[in-house]
Amino acid sequence: MTLELSHLSRRFTDFAALDDVSLTIDPGEFVALLGPSGSGKTTLLRILAGLDYSDSGSVRQDDRDFLATSARQRKIGLVFQHYALFRHLTVFENIAFGLRVRSRRLRPPRAEVKARVQSLLKRVQLEDFGSRFPSQLSGGQRQRVALARALAVEPDLLLLDEPFGALDAQVRVTLRRWLRELHEELGLTTVFVTHDQEEALELADRIVVMNRGRIEQVGTPEMIYQQPATPFVCEFIGKVNRLVMNRDQGHLAVGNWILDEDPWHSRYGQALAFVRPEHLALSVAPPLSGWSARLRHIYLAGSVAHIDLYVASLDQTLEADVASEDLSRLGLHAGMELYVVPRAATLFPQIRDGTTINQDRWNWRAASTTPT
Amino acid sequence: MRHRILPGFGISLGYALTYLGLIVLLPLAALVWKASGIGIEGLIHLLAAPRTLAALRLSFGSALLAALINAVIGLLVAWVLVRYRFPGRRLFDALVDLPFALPTAVAGIALTALYAPNGWLGSWLASWGIKVAYTPLGVLVAMVFVGFPFVVRTLQPVLESLDRDVEEAAESLGARRWQTFLRVILPMLAPALLTGFALALARAVGEYGSVIFIAGNIPMRSEIAPLLIVQKLEQFDYAGAAALSTAMLLFSFVLLVVITLLQRWSSRWMEKTR
Repeated sequence: MTLELSHLSRRFTDFAALDDVSLTIDPGEFVALLGPSGSGKTTLLRILAGLDYSDSGSVRQDDRDFLATSARQRKIGLVFQHYALFRHLTVFENIAFGLRVRSRRLRPPRAEVKARVQSLLKRVQLEDFGSRFPSQLSGGQRQRVALARALAVEPDLLLLDEPFGALDAQVRVTLRRWLRELHEELGLTTVFVTHDQEEALELADRIVVMNRGRIEQVGTPEMIYQQPATPFVCEFIGKVNRLVMNRDQGHLAVGNWILDEDPWHSRYGQALAFVRPEHLALSVAPPLSGWSARLRHIYLAGSVAHIDLYVASLDQTLEADVASEDLSRLGLHAGMELYVVPRAATLFPQIRDGTTINQDRWNWRAASTTPT
Repeated sequence: MRHRILPGFGISLGYALTYLGLIVLLPLAALVWKASGIGIEGLIHLLAAPRTLAALRLSFGSALLAALINAVIGLLVAWVLVRYRFPGRRLFDALVDLPFALPTAVAGIALTALYAPNGWLGSWLASWGIKVAYTPLGVLVAMVFVGFPFVVRTLQPVLESLDRDVEEAAESLGARRWQTFLRVILPMLAPALLTGFALALARAVGEYGSVIFIAGNIPMRSEIAPLLIVQKLEQFDYAGAAALSTAMLLFSFVLLVVITLLQRWSSRWMEKTR
């Protein structure tokens, strides 16, 4: 089923939780709603779940009005951050709940309920836990029970609200790989809310980045990461260095880094440049263009090392990533002087009052990457 | 005994046990000792007397019924106070405690004045043929009144801590509102509801001050067991009074034990301490 969200708005007393949101969700898609708290992502999910309503706009499900059906009848599976299990029921009864509350006419016979719950328990790898109470399970197990409970009613749409938010880092990673596999197996249309960009990048087919009730960008994880559409997406996804460029003798420049090209034909006097840490090239010998910097600190994080560089001419600290094995090859150590130059950047032109013109953004790549 | 990091277990347990012994067990022991004065035969004679039986039946019967009414109404009031925001909610909330604060005799007199055949409510009810004051129904009304705050106050914190998520989950799984209430909310409230019920029951069984004013105290009809005890005391029949008290005590104790067991069973899903 295709879900078509158009022009959804929702106002709370003092702010707009959703502001004219339109989005199409294709059958079988795994969509992440990503944004900081207060961005409207949870409100959007709750509207889809029927637990909240929109002030205006519509949601159509294959040309049927989705919002007109009650939460009970939408055939959705809902999973909450804090599991929301029925703590007075056993794991088995939790999963069977959705079948047990059906009217006599639609309720499957007892034996079938049992068989279905057993197969779901198997699917979530909790076969021997049917008679336990939720309080006797770990967080990861509880969330799997919640998922099995949601799947028991054979929903058309699975909605997950920060499903890994309450779990340990390690459990979180395992569970999300597992969820991805499950999705590939079942092909169920899934929408999940998260504020964790890593989670969204890893899990989703498509990411919807939200900010202040609006959609900033919709795209595949790769697109979102490589071609961010707005300054917000640049700064929210991954780490990034932010530089203010000014026009100097016809060329956009910040300090000693001067761009020769100009797709805007001198239309804009200023630009914001976002450079990812892995796109900063370090060299000991002075390059043609670039800044001299002092290496402040090296944070070794396994295969990658994060490096703090202080650029005196900009009075700014930049972060660069290098492969750990390159540390000794380049002879990097704290306190040394070196040169740094961007190899790639996303630039947003700015007009006089500082507004960025997002549709005129420019993904700049250095013509030839000089080996460092 | 395992070594404990935080000190004070020995002294605090000793203090608690001593205190419990002095305040609760010692008077009860004295009571039982005093009661033994009438002997087994005297006890059977006393308990088998129709007047005693009628009084015990009235006391425990109306106390159970009053606690049941309080459980239902208390749940409703607690629900309204926790779930809804309306003007005057805080005042309403404060009013709930009034039966705690009021001297019971005052409550009894007020209720009698209200429900007497010439009272505000009494005269109106009389036109329907319903008599409240000076009947067993009056006993029930007084018991409901004094036991009312218990259920509300024990349920309120539990209701407040109830996650909205859980109800939303039930709804998304297709449960109707009443199904959510019966299958999800009520079972989770059951332990607290039973506690409130037990407290209201205990209070109603032991209530004296307010009941005697409205009951009319007609032997065999609206005479409660505590009144019978007081009468025996007034006739200097200390052993008889003590024996009747012991009987009440035992009966109450059995009731409370049953409720505690029920409560333990209804909360078997709570986290076990490892």
